Amino acid sequence: MILSRRTRIVLGSVVALVMAFVYLPLAVVVMSSFNTSKTFTWPMEGFTTYWWTQVAASPGFRDALVTSVTVGLIATAIALVLGSLLSFAVARYQWFGRSSISFLVVLPIALPGIVTGVALQNAFVNFKPFGISLGLAAVVIGHATFCIVVVYNNVIARLRRTSTSFEEASMDLGATTFQTFRYVTFPATRSALVAGALLAFGLSFDEIIVTQFTAGAGVETLPIWIFENLARPNQAPVVNVVATLLILAAIVPVWLTNRIAGDAAGGGRL
Amino acid sequence: MTSTTLDAGPASSAGPAGRLSAFLFRHPRLRLGGLLTPPLLWLVVAYLASLLALFVTAFWSVDSFTGALNRQLTLENFQEVLTTAVYRNLTWQTLAVALTVTLISALVALPMGFYMAKVASPRMRALLLLAILTPLWASYLVKAYAWRGMVSPSGVLDWLLGPLGLTGPGFGVVAVILVETYLWLPYMLLATYAGFERLPNSLLEASGDLGASNGRTFRSVVLPMVLPALVAGSIFTFSLTMGDYIAVGIVGGKFQTLGTAIYANVAGSANQPLGAALSMIPVAIITIYLLLVRRTGALSEL
Repeated sequence: MILSRRTRIVLGSVVALVMAFVYLPLAVVVMSSFNTSKTFTWPMEGFTTYWWTQVAASPGFRDALVTSVTVGLIATAIALVLGSLLSFAVARYQWFGRSSISFLVVLPIALPGIVTGVALQNAFVNFKPFGISLGLAAVVIGHATFCIVVVYNNVIARLRRTSTSFEEASMDLGATTFQTFRYVTFPATRSALVAGALLAFGLSFDEIIVTQFTAGAGVETLPIWIFENLARPNQAPVVNVVATLLILAAIVPVWLTNRIAGDAAGGGRL
Repeated sequence: MTSTTLDAGPASSAGPAGRLSAFLFRHPRLRLGGLLTPPLLWLVVAYLASLLALFVTAFWSVDSFTGALNRQLTLENFQEVLTTAVYRNLTWQTLAVALTVTLISALVALPMGFYMAKVASPRMRALLLLAILTPLWASYLVKAYAWRGMVSPSGVLDWLLGPLGLTGPGFGVVAVILVETYLWLPYMLLATYAGFERLPNSLLEASGDLGASNGRTFRSVVLPMVLPALVAGSIFTFSLTMGDYIAVGIVGGKFQTLGTAIYANVAGSANQPLGAALSMIPVAIITIYLLLVRRTGALSEL
């Protein structure tokens, strides 16, 4: 298929336009966090770092940050264990129902968040499984559920690319299952595990819908903090600052994982 | 002699770890069970059971005087959801937005995926992939919020379009479609790109060699082959738009969708059974969508 010069230029312009469409709103938020104006208007009135110092000093922000990090770390730990166990079971064994697993795993992020959110809220309010009701534990359970897919996709992509012959050789040479895992399998999958964990943390850190439905009163993560401040007057500048922070918190894991692993399409989200 | 050393292999390491290892080695089903049980238990108990519980709750009711939950099964929520004109209109409205968003995303993703997979240099390709991945991971709330400053009166769009004598869309349905497309387009882009990447160049060349024009090659070779990928991407754009309420709340103005109605019922008036019945609408529509697209083979691309 030979493309004319004109077709190439048209295609290139489409790409450039889409990229502008994708990055312009984010750039506006970042720039607005340094805007002297109290409202979200354009063009900017002047440059200030006042809002950044305001946010840094805000106790509400700090509490929300601590909550977000706590939830993210626990949810990531759970998802890391469950996601990698599942990916080993799918990649290394044959069993009935194996082909539908990837569908089940992706369901929590493919179904709209509101369905997962309402379902979990209803479960924790009306059924109280194991005595857990709305609160931090419920948030962690919700986050871990949709973070599993990220770890699973990253690890399984790696397992499918590495052959089992190294593991077989290790066992033939007399290593136990545990030694083989420690010296052969783990080093081969380590970067995929790290990538999965980083991305799972990023996903949890940004999540708003499931959090909103499972948090109940008194639990406030950063996205919830932003959401509540959206409705308040004169809070646009501080919201812009925290929004900029969240954008950075998402970019860093993606770039890191792209450097260290990057074998799962969409970072494992697709 | 050979057979004994081979059999003794895993067990030759002495100690309890060695014995356990040998035991596991001889019982692959047990190993599989150990690997599978925790994640499956979690997904079934935490997720599938919650969905099931939601379905059950949709058959409950709330006492209108005391606000207490009545656990007797009744169809009145479904009756209300299906017969009330407001909910019916919301369903059509949401469906229309979701389909529009999916269509726009597909129309944008086709040329873009093609460019990335077949035209761009490998360096450029890696750069573009990263450039698409990054905003996919940026906070959904932040991305929706970012558009508030874009579409608001005297916002960025007004400022950009002003010299052309145009104004931005303002808050409303156009802004909702724009923002939903913005939010979910990366899914469609990545899926379509993956589809184009799997498409062998030799097929395109063969089609050209056999005399097909570029348009014909696109219709008869490219489109049928990337369709499963396109549909896989559409599952995300369609489903995630169907249930969204955050972005609608931020840029929708007075425009409402199913998501905002569910949120109002669950968070606002605390009529959980009605909210549960309402949330069965997007679930049902998405299930129908999945069944419709199953034949394209898109589900195996997820």
